[in-house]
Amino acid sequence: MTDEAGEAFVRLSGICKSFGAIRALAGVDLTIRSGRMVSVVGHNGAGKSTLMQILAGALAPDAGEIRVAGHAVVHGYSVRRASALGIRCVFQELSLCPNLSAAENTRVFHPALAGPGWRRRARQLIGNALHAIFPGHGIDVHRPVGELPIGQRQMVETARAFTETDHPVRLVILDEPTASLDATAAEQLLRYTGEARARDVAVVFISHRLPEILGHADEVFVMRDGQVVGSGAADALTEAQLVEMMGVVRSVDLTHAPGSRGVREQIRVEQPARADTPLRVQLRAGEVVGLAGLADHGQRELLQAVFDAAGHPATTLRVNGSVAYVSGDRRTEGIFPLWSVGHNTTISRLRALARLGFLNPAREAALAEDWRTRLAIHTPNIDRPITSLSGGNQQKVLVARAFAAEADIILFDDPLRGVDIATKRELYQHVHRAAEAGCAFLWYTTENTELVNCDRVYVFYRGTITDEIAHADLTEDRIIGASFGAGHNVAV
Amino acid sequence: MGLPAMALIAMLGAIFAMQPRAMSYFGLTVLLNFTLPAIFAAMAQMAVITVGDIDLGIGPFLSLVNCIAATLLGGRPLLGWLSLAALVGTYSLIGALIQVRRLPSIVVTLGASFVWLGLALLVLPNPGGVPPSWLPALLSWQSPLLPLPVLASVLLAICGELLLMHTSYGVVLRGIGGNPRAVAHAGWSLLTGRMVLYAVAGTCGVAAGLALTGLNTAGDATVGTQYTLVSIAAVIVGGGEFVGGIVTPIGAVIGAWIMLLAGSLLSFLDISTDWQLSVQGGILIIVLGLRALNRWSGA
Repeated sequence: MTDEAGEAFVRLSGICKSFGAIRALAGVDLTIRSGRMVSVVGHNGAGKSTLMQILAGALAPDAGEIRVAGHAVVHGYSVRRASALGIRCVFQELSLCPNLSAAENTRVFHPALAGPGWRRRARQLIGNALHAIFPGHGIDVHRPVGELPIGQRQMVETARAFTETDHPVRLVILDEPTASLDATAAEQLLRYTGEARARDVAVVFISHRLPEILGHADEVFVMRDGQVVGSGAADALTEAQLVEMMGVVRSVDLTHAPGSRGVREQIRVEQPARADTPLRVQLRAGEVVGLAGLADHGQRELLQAVFDAAGHPATTLRVNGSVAYVSGDRRTEGIFPLWSVGHNTTISRLRALARLGFLNPAREAALAEDWRTRLAIHTPNIDRPITSLSGGNQQKVLVARAFAAEADIILFDDPLRGVDIATKRELYQHVHRAAEAGCAFLWYTTENTELVNCDRVYVFYRGTITDEIAHADLTEDRIIGASFGAGHNVAV
Repeated sequence: MGLPAMALIAMLGAIFAMQPRAMSYFGLTVLLNFTLPAIFAAMAQMAVITVGDIDLGIGPFLSLVNCIAATLLGGRPLLGWLSLAALVGTYSLIGALIQVRRLPSIVVTLGASFVWLGLALLVLPNPGGVPPSWLPALLSWQSPLLPLPVLASVLLAICGELLLMHTSYGVVLRGIGGNPRAVAHAGWSLLTGRMVLYAVAGTCGVAAGLALTGLNTAGDATVGTQYTLVSIAAVIVGGGEFVGGIVTPIGAVIGAWIMLLAGSLLSFLDISTDWQLSVQGGILIIVLGLRALNRWSGA
């Protein structure tokens, strides 16, 4: 199965992909040889996952060429086609059916597992793969995977990618495979990738854990802003070099000097002191506080807790003031898709716009018009349906809604995810202006570069805060370190 | 499946204690005769719930089949069978429509229910009609060992269980209900899956309508209405879930029995059968409530 004279198993050239106005990939070249482990690193939003989805056939590129085993395969490339060519991907979001057992999920993945005795063969296939990769895994392959803990589900999904029926496995893409595995299972998987490589299987390994990458990968590609900005042999690179290539946190011109508003002593959110951690959340009026760390490590839960505690005397969290919430998931919990831009803006302010329970349309329109001008929302008029706007502008409307509510505390749930850079810059300015006026922000973001807009940053790891970083001390290293539990004030 | 089965045994026990004569071949036949349309209706509903949809039109669909069976099928058998086949095809197309246009099944099948009702009234404006003689004969056939309703229930449960839970394509169909994106990523056609399941639902609906005609020996354009509730309740009470591809054919058959016996139990207790619908709906709400409570405390 060895490729002829240095011919790569997969060669991607000039891959471009845009989502609306956002350019996710801008001409990426990537070469993967059989029996090698290639690692792709970069910040959230650098384009790694998009690139992997294209390689696995889940997304079609706008431009560029994919060559597998020496043949161009752009037309009609799909997950099934990729699978027939031996390319497997463990997607970041679990792609198992929760109502089916591990064996049944293996069947869904392999068309060849049909006919009499399929169940026995599926059971053997996934059972053997699990034993080979995660010895002593203790997973019941007959239980619906939805009933298994997240770590075991990840193990099933990973093992399934290495199972073979009619087509041999040539390349396995592991996208953050160790994120939900415990240390033992993660170590087992990394050891197994060595065995797989010995069988001439190529592996693409995506991880935020730099020591894992440097310890196991053969080559490393660094991505930033949709491009490959550097590559090299893993044993010739250091963590510091990688972090530098990934891009340090750029400092931007701040319209206010961080900390200058510390004179405002009014405390908006406060967590009572707890025995298990020295770090507790505190938010003062006029402060912008960032919540960092990897996705789903407790940041959203904090925002939700603040929202729930507002106006209620809660024992776990003291919230003083009114709260507005801006979601980054605008489709499911943000916009009212059938309403106009204006109505989407003013919904948060209706009580103030009404008299005796009746709305005053003129005042409502005036308010919406005011915010359209202030945030430069690109729409001919406020009566247009919100869905006629671009994604970035829809997100602006949601921010306008929160500002219009004139709340004391604004909770940002990664609201600028997938928004173009120009819109982001504009909105950063507005956040600073609102903070000047005394508004307090709790800002959860998955893009570390956004944290420079914050006066202070809390880094989350597995539901607890592992580090508190002041604006002046903010470095990528420290955020990444704390994101994996290596904070300066780790709770023991 | 354990809990519904225990509930069924408890109900049967109560009925037999109150009315020992029910515990015989003929007693069971009389007691359970009307489970025949119900188990087929439940199986039709289960096929649709497998992909996370719901069928609000199955009751009126039974009425339409009943009216066709009481008119065309006796007078012009070929036309009768062709129209029943066309109905199954239409069901499959409804599935295709829901998949391709990404419509909510609740709206599409509710709309279809009025079409079924209208067609039934066109075919047979007033109750009456005569089914072909073989149909009532089939329904009153005295099967060996077990009464016909029991035998049919067991066979249907086993068939359903084998096809949906044990064949390799049945796994794919249930997978669509669990995580359609994952199934599509693995290269399966969601359109084919939905069309197959809706065709199964149509076929089971036709069987239910024919069984109803054989028992009533006449046609009536409103006779099937209650089966919408009964079929949904049967699937859920039997252990199925409204979303997520969680269904069990054996459970659906047990659920249909529970729904039917709830009515019998009322009459043995000398409670007016006017309460039957309320009791059936009440059972459904209680089961869903307990399940939510269970999940809540488990989480």
